[in-house]
Amino acid sequence: MSIRIREDRCVGCGKCQEVCPGTLIQIKDKKAVMKYPKNCWGCVSCVKECKTGAIEFYLGADIGGMGGTMNVTQKGDLLNWNITRSDGSELVISVDRRNSNKY
Amino acid sequence: MSRPLQVKHLHTDVLIVGGGTAGCYAALTISRNSDASVLVAEKANIKRSGCLAAGVNAINAYIVKGRKPQDYVDYATKDAAGIVRNDLLLTAAEEFNEVTADMEKLGLVILKDENGDYVARGNRNIKINGENFKPLLADAVYKSENVDVLNYVNITDLLTENGKVYGAVGFSIMEETAYVIHAKAVLIATGGAAGLYKPNNPGFSRHKMWYPPFNTGAGYAMGIRSGAEMTTFEMRFIALRCKDTIAPTGTIAQGVQAKQVNSKGEVYEHIYGLTTSQRVYGTVKENQLGHGPCYLKTSGITSEQDQDLLKAYLNMAPSQTLKWIESGRMPSEQDVEIQGTEPYIVGGHTASGFWVDTRRETTIHGLYAAGDVAGGCPQKYVTGALAEGKIASLAIIEQLKDDHSEETSEIEKQAQTILADYEKIRNGENGLFTIDELEEAMQKVMDEYAGGIASNYQFNEKQLNLAEEKITRLSELADQVGAEDMHELLFAYELKERLLVCQVLIEHLKNRKETRWHSFNENLDHPETDQNFEKYVNSRMEDGKIHILFRDLVKGDTYEHTNS
Repeated sequence: MSIRIREDRCVGCGKCQEVCPGTLIQIKDKKAVMKYPKNCWGCVSCVKECKTGAIEFYLGADIGGMGGTMNVTQKGDLLNWNITRSDGSELVISVDRRNSNKY
Repeated sequence: MSRPLQVKHLHTDVLIVGGGTAGCYAALTISRNSDASVLVAEKANIKRSGCLAAGVNAINAYIVKGRKPQDYVDYATKDAAGIVRNDLLLTAAEEFNEVTADMEKLGLVILKDENGDYVARGNRNIKINGENFKPLLADAVYKSENVDVLNYVNITDLLTENGKVYGAVGFSIMEETAYVIHAKAVLIATGGAAGLYKPNNPGFSRHKMWYPPFNTGAGYAMGIRSGAEMTTFEMRFIALRCKDTIAPTGTIAQGVQAKQVNSKGEVYEHIYGLTTSQRVYGTVKENQLGHGPCYLKTSGITSEQDQDLLKAYLNMAPSQTLKWIESGRMPSEQDVEIQGTEPYIVGGHTASGFWVDTRRETTIHGLYAAGDVAGGCPQKYVTGALAEGKIASLAIIEQLKDDHSEETSEIEKQAQTILADYEKIRNGENGLFTIDELEEAMQKVMDEYAGGIASNYQFNEKQLNLAEEKITRLSELADQVGAEDMHELLFAYELKERLLVCQVLIEHLKNRKETRWHSFNENLDHPETDQNFEKYVNSRMEDGKIHILFRDLVKGDTYEHTNS
């Protein structure tokens, strides 16, 4: 699986379940659950949908993951990608939707 | 025994199967140009379904200033060593710029210079922020008149009689409901096929692949079962990607002009050539020669370029950005290792797919194909999917003007047979093997005997014969699987679809007895290009058997079906 859903932050709104292009997430007892962990494509659609930052994206150990995670918070056109490294240090990269890629 | 599915009958003028880029744009086009009713059936949710879930890095099929559509045709023809359809490439290329301008009106951000002109990235590309490409398109669809969207409904089979389509049958993934949809025209826009071969990361991250793992070849499979003609499956697509994350390499190669180098730091790309398949082949060869790993040489770029790359990847493949940050070294400090992916069947990149006429109608009357599921038009990418959705839609509107065909009782009988298949799987005692186990077995067979990663994409005839035998056996085992819920019913169908696509692919590989494209079709019994194969290898299923037919190249500006 390349997402982890934090139960303490999940409010069971179901947005992640709705958007997942593999319909891999289910709501059980008012909490989102990743039903098919190995089927995740890593597209982060659910991460962008989650208003409470409950879904964290990470890389599997088999593809070089070292325990860092990433989620997204939005402010208007700004997508703030909040990255937490395995040592706990944090980094935020802001991407403005109104700007094109330079490459 | 599970309770039988509730069956809903729906009627529409046009059924669109698959709400990805091509399907959504087709719905939009029909709504804008006619009063016809449109139903979009999508197995997930059109907001992020299809290839563009995470976003797209650039528009890679565009006619930049000073170029013309024919230049695009010439480029794609050369890249595919001639096995393309001139008429399809030209008609798509003529639409590239118009559909792009339309996407900009829908909200797509495109980089412009001080004169208001789009900034080119190379000869055929422009720069965008494609992170929200699909949500923009989905929003427009929801606002369109006469368009209904049926999310979470998976279509499995077409309803056809005497070479004409009358609708399709499918089921809900969320509820115990089956759908029999009656339509005057059907557009297939289901995308290509991933998951046929053992992937780069076969374990925990098995779905960390280039193409959507949810694109399982459903459209090809339903077309094949209904006797539609397919073309050029043997031109497989293998993407050259960043190792492990399987993120795009073009952004680095074109963005910061990074060259392909081997572990000794030698630039090797010019030795093997610069076509899409040669770039993959060169990397394979360098590894075979003991010169691996291979890289894109990014070391030495500026820190500003580092930051721009981090952001660009967040807009399309965020795993690569996370990888750079986790490793503690930016691209300026370490070259990016590259690898070839497992092979896919995908008509947006190569020429595999439905055999269509210039209007994108298949060999079944009333059945159209657009985007990755449609063949003959390689390198059309995202704008090509939009263009083909538009072209097919305009043809459908014309067809509806004088369509007086009526479905007979035969169609209802067909629908009942398909519904009975659903119940059989739902009530099936799960055979000895699970769906997952059979999928893994299929991918192993394709990997080892039909030119996967393990065999450096190479194969010979004896290996293909073994692949055929083993895939046939697995198909028989797949008929025994059961499903405990609607999602498992979906998985059962996805497995069956992939196995059928594998069977057709193997037949195609066996019949192009030459090597026209390294890696994409590397036949060790016939390692050279043979001019006798300047033909299309096409196929059609009749009475459960796959028949191969060779067709002469189409060079003109239009093509009509003659014998169907």
